[in-house]
Amino acid sequence: MDELILKEQFVDETAMSRRAFLQGTGLLLGFALTGASTDSVFAAPASRVVENEVTGTFAPNGFIRINPTGAVTLIMPMAEMGQGVYTSLSMLLAEELEVKLDQIQVQHAPANDALYANQFLHIQTTGASSSVRAFSAPLRQAGAVGRNLLIAAAAERWNVDPATCRAKDGVVFDASGSKHLSYGELAKAAAKLPVPPAANVKLKDPKDFTLIGTRAKRIDSPIKVDGRALYGIDTQLPGMKVAAVAISPVLGGKAKTVDEKAALAVKGVRQVVNIDEAVAVVADHTGAAKKGIEAGAITWDDGPNGKVSSADIVKQLEEESKKPGAIARNDGDAETALAQAAQRLEAIYQVPFLAHAAMEPMNCTVHLQKDRCDIWVGTQAVALTQSLVAELTGLPKDAIKIHNHLIGGGFGRRLEADGTVLAVKIAKHVDGPVKVIWSREEDIQHDMYRPYYFDRLSAGLDAAGKPVAWTHRIAGSSIAARYFPIWFKDGLDFDAVEAAAGPYALPNIHVDYVRVEPAGVRTAFWRGVGPTHNVFVVESFMDELAHAAKQDPVAYRKELLGHNPRALAVLSLAAEKAGWGSPLPARQGRGISVQFAFGSYLSAVAEVEVAADGSVKVKRIVCAVDCGMYINPDTIEAQIQGGTLFGLTAALHGSITFKDGRVEQSNFDSYLPMRIDEVPMVETHLIKSAEAPGGVGEAPTAIVSAAVTNAIFAATGKRLRTLPVDTDSLKSSS
Amino acid sequence: MAFTLKINTTAHKVDVDGDTPLLWVLRDVLGMNGTKFGCGQALCGACTVHLDGQPVRSCQTPVDSVGDSAITTIEAIGRTPQGAALQKAWLELEVVQCGYCQSGQIMSAAALLKDTPQPTDDDIDAAMSGNVCRCGTYQRIRAAIKLAAGV
Repeated sequence: MDELILKEQFVDETAMSRRAFLQGTGLLLGFALTGASTDSVFAAPASRVVENEVTGTFAPNGFIRINPTGAVTLIMPMAEMGQGVYTSLSMLLAEELEVKLDQIQVQHAPANDALYANQFLHIQTTGASSSVRAFSAPLRQAGAVGRNLLIAAAAERWNVDPATCRAKDGVVFDASGSKHLSYGELAKAAAKLPVPPAANVKLKDPKDFTLIGTRAKRIDSPIKVDGRALYGIDTQLPGMKVAAVAISPVLGGKAKTVDEKAALAVKGVRQVVNIDEAVAVVADHTGAAKKGIEAGAITWDDGPNGKVSSADIVKQLEEESKKPGAIARNDGDAETALAQAAQRLEAIYQVPFLAHAAMEPMNCTVHLQKDRCDIWVGTQAVALTQSLVAELTGLPKDAIKIHNHLIGGGFGRRLEADGTVLAVKIAKHVDGPVKVIWSREEDIQHDMYRPYYFDRLSAGLDAAGKPVAWTHRIAGSSIAARYFPIWFKDGLDFDAVEAAAGPYALPNIHVDYVRVEPAGVRTAFWRGVGPTHNVFVVESFMDELAHAAKQDPVAYRKELLGHNPRALAVLSLAAEKAGWGSPLPARQGRGISVQFAFGSYLSAVAEVEVAADGSVKVKRIVCAVDCGMYINPDTIEAQIQGGTLFGLTAALHGSITFKDGRVEQSNFDSYLPMRIDEVPMVETHLIKSAEAPGGVGEAPTAIVSAAVTNAIFAATGKRLRTLPVDTDSLKSSS
Repeated sequence: MAFTLKINTTAHKVDVDGDTPLLWVLRDVLGMNGTKFGCGQALCGACTVHLDGQPVRSCQTPVDSVGDSAITTIEAIGRTPQGAALQKAWLELEVVQCGYCQSGQIMSAAALLKDTPQPTDDDIDAAMSGNVCRCGTYQRIRAAIKLAAGV
């Protein structure tokens, strides 16, 4: 255990005069209730307040705190943004620690790479659908270490062999079961025992699991149905001001004029901060701040990107994609096989820029002082945020306190710290804490977008229609080169090519990648990342091959998956459950897709109906999933339902476009979300598996687009190679 | 200007411009954070509260338009039979993901059940299509409304 780090964490909370509030469910909301709100209707009653700064706390590792009063706190290394990770990670810990989920409270981890780095990403970052994959072993080990030490402390007290004792529901029992001590009673003694290496501790046999694999209740649900849940945007601090921002509508532009006098004349406005790239109006409340921004009538100098347009970006991608790129895969000799093929197909596929548009708009609260900087934000990237703020303020990293929060939708947006960086730049001009809130328009128009990809594919079929050659060139910007340099090597972006060529056995494959960085656009990871683009392209083109070979799309794929039993199993299950092959009325169709991504196998069948006016109704989506050993099947179903709709929303409606350097979409009336009256039922069929756990947060977003466009093809004969779906092209000619 | 607002049966005095949206009075002036900001244009429903039992988008409700109307927010909707039934159903079916939109979803659903205790799918579509959820919890929202309504 790292004494210093633990102490630092507790001192931090004490110094900030904060108490951790144990709310009804046991979710410890950390930091946010201060000042006037403590006596409001939604603060926890005083009797339920848990003091965190107690001596004699048992803290065998970064994840477990048991204090002598019996409070069990689990520190969550990854961020909760809806994916249910606070529940799954708690289940992993609680299973081995032998406590019930309703006996624990959880706390957001502070920034600390040494304790909380995601071993999959080598940094304290929540992404790549890796939380369970990265933390399954470490958290089980951490829990087992805790259990062993508590048992050892009891055995020592009773002077018996620890092997004769057992632990259950936070209590250690002796062999007879007549003697027992609670974890709270044992905390002080256990804290004094030497901590064994985590890897040496014996884990529970999966057949003895009582939590892992069950539909345990989410620990964050109760506070999310009555308004108690606290997100970054809910931060309230004594003396805090609120700032609204206007960011240059063109990337790289600067504020030219601001009517500061008019802004300051608005009741409640305190200050105007002009940092060139943005103007902030600081006020007593957001209503006044927003009014101040309008009164400021800001004009902009657009700078070098004032002429950026989508048409030019696509032209640039089209040209660059004619050149060979960095080779991602080269099996056999695709060129020769293509030349000798009985039948050849070529196609160009394109997918648009996409905004994340999480429900909680970008926001960050900063209190910058001489020797420290406190940040209240919901972030997927705690470590990166801390580093960037240290750089920006010139303060040492350990003076930057990141108070993480529940996130009101991440989807990759909160992997980026640009919102925090902007807030710190503004806070440099403000005395006391300031909460910077972006409007929805700022959020959509200053997102960091899923890249526009331009793909060229070709394939050769033999006389029987079987594919003998497959080439795929991907052109688009590289997020990895900027964000995860370890994923970018010799011009090749591993994320941009992930899931290219699919799970199939093909004799000759050539995949290459051309990096193109259009000016005036910032790109970033977006739920489903590389596979969301590649699975659409690969599974659509595979459908084209099946059609050219005059074969059924499911049967055609099965022929190519004989080597891959898990992929074959999800494909067969999805087809069977969807009633593949049963007749449908005119203008209705089914489409299928299959993928291996994020360590999980998925297949989806979409059933669509295309009206005479071209509008598309997705009636049903059936998903089959093999994600290896799973923690909570209910969470997986929720992710399949939600992730599918996230991908479907983009496939049907999503597109960010540029004109005169500006994003043309601005709010939910021009960047359309799916609504309840539009969404299909999503059915999930989960395959029980003992394989290593795979991720499920992003996989369903990747699987769905091709299933839908393949279904549209089945319904109309129209092949869609560009997203979002162009309904004009689907109008009935009859 | 000074206004006295009746929120969850308690009177609160605030001094703001009359055109200040009720949303910011609740959140920033009174520190009641359960009502969420999502779009500022009445396009997403995250800020839904009830005025005399009717659902309104508080981001587009100027404080000077409220008058004597009784304001109910997510913090107190559990005191109504519809709100309590919905919260229970929400928990039973594990509706929430990120949870940010759920205050607004529950407020819209509570208003629906008050007027239409036995809603059809079409009733649910009509009452709930103003509430956006980017996590895609719609399927469970529909099921939870039906569970709460006993249909």
